[in-house]
Amino acid sequence: MDDLYRDFILEHYKRPRNFGELQSHDHEAHEVNPLCGDELGVQIAVGDDGRIADLRFQGHGCAISQAAASMASEQLIGMPVQEAGVLNADWMLDLLGIDVSATRRKCALLSLKVVRHALTGDASWPTSGGQ
Amino acid sequence: MTMSQVSLAGAGALDVRADFPILAREIDGHRLVYLDSSSTSQKPAAVLDSLEDFYRNHNANIHRGVYLLAQEADALFEGARERIAAFVNWPAATTIFTRNVTEAINLVAYSWARTNLTPSDAVLITQMEHHSNIVPWQLAAQATGAQLRYLDVGEDGTLSLEQLDRELARGDVKLLALTHVSNVLGTINPVAEFVRRAHDAGAIVLIDGAQAVPQLPVDLEAIGADFYAWTGHKALGPTGVGVLHGRRELLEAMPPFLSGGDMIATVEAQHSTWNELPWKFEAGTSMIAQVIGLGAAIDYLGALGMANVRSHEQSLTAYALERLAATAGVRVFGPRSAGDRGGVISFALEGIHPHDVGELLGRRNVCVRASHHCAQPLMAVLGVAATARASFGPYNVAADVDALIDAIGEAQEIFAN
Repeated sequence: MDDLYRDFILEHYKRPRNFGELQSHDHEAHEVNPLCGDELGVQIAVGDDGRIADLRFQGHGCAISQAAASMASEQLIGMPVQEAGVLNADWMLDLLGIDVSATRRKCALLSLKVVRHALTGDASWPTSGGQ
Repeated sequence: MTMSQVSLAGAGALDVRADFPILAREIDGHRLVYLDSSSTSQKPAAVLDSLEDFYRNHNANIHRGVYLLAQEADALFEGARERIAAFVNWPAATTIFTRNVTEAINLVAYSWARTNLTPSDAVLITQMEHHSNIVPWQLAAQATGAQLRYLDVGEDGTLSLEQLDRELARGDVKLLALTHVSNVLGTINPVAEFVRRAHDAGAIVLIDGAQAVPQLPVDLEAIGADFYAWTGHKALGPTGVGVLHGRRELLEAMPPFLSGGDMIATVEAQHSTWNELPWKFEAGTSMIAQVIGLGAAIDYLGALGMANVRSHEQSLTAYALERLAATAGVRVFGPRSAGDRGGVISFALEGIHPHDVGELLGRRNVCVRASHHCAQPLMAVLGVAATARASFGPYNVAADVDALIDAIGEAQEIFAN
C-alpha cells in the first residue's frame, strides 16, 4: 500500500465530489498553483441560516489537489460560513490523512486557499510555511 | 583533472558516470537515475576541483590587484573567458558574463531594445520559448510601443520557415528572438537559416542557446546571430554564471545595462565614461569562481568532444522514444525522430497528472521534472497545464532509460487500482 496514493485518495481523484457549476452562487474565486499551472475555481451558495448551502469546484490538478478538494467539499457543505472562512492548514491535512511533503503542500492546500479567498475576499493566505 | 573514460561499447556510447561523484549516491537502495539535465546538469569532479582549488589557492578579486594572488585570479578568470568563447567560436572581447540566460536576455532587452525599438517596429518570437525569452520582450514592447508577435509551433513540434518569411515580409520586424533547442519539445531549430532570412529582412537576431550548448557542437560564427545567450549550470558548470555573446558594433553602440564598479573608464561627479568590451557590461565584482568552474566544464566537454556527446545523447533519446512508444498510455510531445531533437522528452501518462508522475518516479530515485517548464504559452498550444519531462546529460546510460520505463509501469499500476 502506497503511503500517499491510498485507495481513498485515488478514489476521490477519479470520481471527485461536487465538481461542476452552480446555477447561482454568492461567492466565487479562482486560484492557480504557480508550481505547475494547475487551476482551481470554486462557487459557493450560502443559505438563509448562514451555512454553505452548496458548493462546486472547477478545474484540474494532481491527485492530491483534486482529492483534497473533493474531500473538503463534503465537509464544507452545511458548515457555517464564519467557520469555513477561517479553516487552517491542519484541518485540511488532517482531513487528507496522509503525509504530504513540503513541495506537495501547495497541492494539498489549493482548494482551501480558493475557498478562503471566495469567502473572505483575501487571496493572500499562504499555502507554504507553517500555518 | 579527472580524465573521462570514453567507452566504445556501442556506437557513440559514453560511460562517464565515474566522473560525476553525485551519481554514486543511493537513496533507499535505489541508485540515482538523473533525468533532469535540461533543468540543471550534474557536475564532474573536474569542475568541483576547480572551484575548490580557486578558493583554497588563488582567491583574490580580479582586475585591479598587482599582487601575485590577484594576478593568478585574473589569469584564471580571463583565461576561462578565452576558452569559453573559443568553445563556441566567438571572440572573447564580445563574450560577456551574466548571472544566467535570463540576465543575458534582459541585458539585450534593456540596453538594445529600449533604445532601438519604436511603435512602428515588431519583435518576433516563437510559441516554444522559455519564459526568459518571452517576458523581457513583453516588457520591452510595452515600454517602447513595439508589437510582439509569435511564430506558431506546428503539430510536429517545429517552426515554419514559410511563416517566418511571411512575418519578415511585413517589413516591421526589428528583432527575431528564438530558442536554439526547445526545453520542452527538444526541437532543434535550424537557427542559421532563421538568421540568414532575418538578416536579409534587416532584423537583428537573438538566440537562446541554454539547451543547445550543453548537448550540440555550436559554432556561433557559422550561425551568425547578433546575440547568443547560454548558461553555465546546464553545461556541467556551476550556477551563477550565464554568457552573452554579442556583435561588437551593437554592443559598442548600446548603453550600459547595470552600472557601478568595474564597468567604467572614468568617473567624475556628474559624468562617467565606460570601460571597453566586455567589461562595460560587467558591473560589480564578477562571479569569479563560477567562471573558472565553467572553464573547467567546457574543458571537460571539449575532451569528450561535443560530436560524441551529441551522438551519445541522440542514441539514448532514440532508445527512450522507442521504449516509450511501446508503453501503453504514454503520449510523447515533440518531433518523432531523435535526429530532429535534443536529449529531452516531454510526455504525459493517461489519467495521471504530471505532478503525480514526478512524485512516483522520484520514489525510485528516477528524477524527472513535472511542471510547465517555464513555457506556459507552449503548454497552451499543447493543450496541457504541465508535462513530465525526462532529459539527458552525457553521464546517462541506457539503463537509466530502462529505470524510467520500469518506474512508469509502477506508477501506472498504482493508478490502475
